[in-house]
Amino acid sequence: MLTEIARWATPWEPIPWLITIFAVVAAFYIHGLARRRRARDIVPAFAFLVGLASMYIVMQTHVDYYAQYMFFIHRAQHLILHHLGPFLIALSMPTAVLAAGAPGWLNAGMQWLADLPPVVWLYRVVQHPVIGALLFVGLIAFWLTPSIHFTAMLSARDYWLMNLSMAVDGLLFWWFMLDARRPGATPTTYSIGLRILVLWAVMPPQIAMGAYIALAPDTVYDVYAVCGRAFPISPIVDQQLGGLITWIPAAMMSVVATLILLRFGFAHERQRTRQTNHTPSTDQSP
Amino acid sequence: MMMPKITRCPATVLVAALTVVLAVALGGCSSDVEYTAHDIKGVMPNLAFTLTNEQGETVTADDYNGQLKVLFFGYTNCPDICPATMARIRAALGGLEPKQRKAIDVLFVSVDPKRDTPDKIARFTASFGPRFAGLTGSQEQLKTLSRRYRTTYGYGEPNDNGFYLVSHSSAIFVFDAQGRARLLVNQNESVDELTQDLKKLLANIR
Repeated sequence: MLTEIARWATPWEPIPWLITIFAVVAAFYIHGLARRRRARDIVPAFAFLVGLASMYIVMQTHVDYYAQYMFFIHRAQHLILHHLGPFLIALSMPTAVLAAGAPGWLNAGMQWLADLPPVVWLYRVVQHPVIGALLFVGLIAFWLTPSIHFTAMLSARDYWLMNLSMAVDGLLFWWFMLDARRPGATPTTYSIGLRILVLWAVMPPQIAMGAYIALAPDTVYDVYAVCGRAFPISPIVDQQLGGLITWIPAAMMSVVATLILLRFGFAHERQRTRQTNHTPSTDQSP
Repeated sequence: MMMPKITRCPATVLVAALTVVLAVALGGCSSDVEYTAHDIKGVMPNLAFTLTNEQGETVTADDYNGQLKVLFFGYTNCPDICPATMARIRAALGGLEPKQRKAIDVLFVSVDPKRDTPDKIARFTASFGPRFAGLTGSQEQLKTLSRRYRTTYGYGEPNDNGFYLVSHSSAIFVFDAQGRARLLVNQNESVDELTQDLKKLLANIR
């Protein structure tokens, strides 16, 4: 039993700096929670920690072995790295808790970095709605191009370039999408309508790619035959499952995010009516 | 007032830059000789292993130094892909001059040591010709070798007769005389193309 747990917990390809980043972020977050002691942190904390843990598990445990040698598990890994994990992290809006848990010098350093003109500029560019959407869909398409996918699965360097680019892009995209602040609060907080438009724009290409893979009569990705599969399974079944994962849950994330955005919109609306109702009464009082 | 301009204009530049970076990162390897197979020179490590040969002796990759090595993972109970691949390699070798053929060792590595004893592997490889040598080893030795080339294998559930399937790499790996990884041949490559690739490789090393 213990050896089994140890086997699953051991990273297939350990990346020390990546493990360090996860450990440091988790430590700062938990420290921040303990310092703030706020009841309304509990639900977001749950989302944040589940998101962080899921991203860690698919990259730095034995799950990664199966992701390397089974197409459908690879697709599930990317669903977590690019959609589910970053979605939960962005939804929890962890900045305040992380800042409360991190040492002062680090917060000051991060603030300095975030205020650097090239960083501000780059962030605005990648968070531009059209570029954000293109990066989000383009990256999926890029790594799923059969010849590129082939090299990515055979070369250790490209494999990690692929996974980490998906994770970073996922965080950027959902950070942009699930910003609960009032539109216009920051230059990258776009209107709810525009964001919903982007969410729906990224859906058809994902559905098309997933359907193409799931319904293909022949093997599209022969690298899994070349490298061998983790256990015997029909190549076509492996591919169909992988296609379905790319197709259905990935597109459903857009629907879920739309509902959340509508809720944000209603909340902003309520806030505004409350403010306008308050203003006359305060005007009349003196 | 300048802000909207700054956000819009360099966007295309950034996308283009990202594309270039990714293209360079991925398309880094090119060589003067064109092979039908994937050129894996510099992508994969040199051949290294400690395994057991058909005589039951321990051998290492160094024992095959000086020969071009064609390596394939499989198992003797394999219903389709292993015998078919071995037959393709035999046919491809048939297209070479006897002298060229002698410079090649085909290494069949069984990843099913439970059923494949050295004896049984010897009977299997003998049916393909003198250039074929069978190897196997402990799970640890086999895992080390397969992992080195980013491949794997796994076992299915046994049926009532105790028969089980083994999933394994379908690729043929080709190593030069110094043990450097050179080619990765997949199932789509024809016998003629494989013969041509081997000829080019033999001419190229000399």
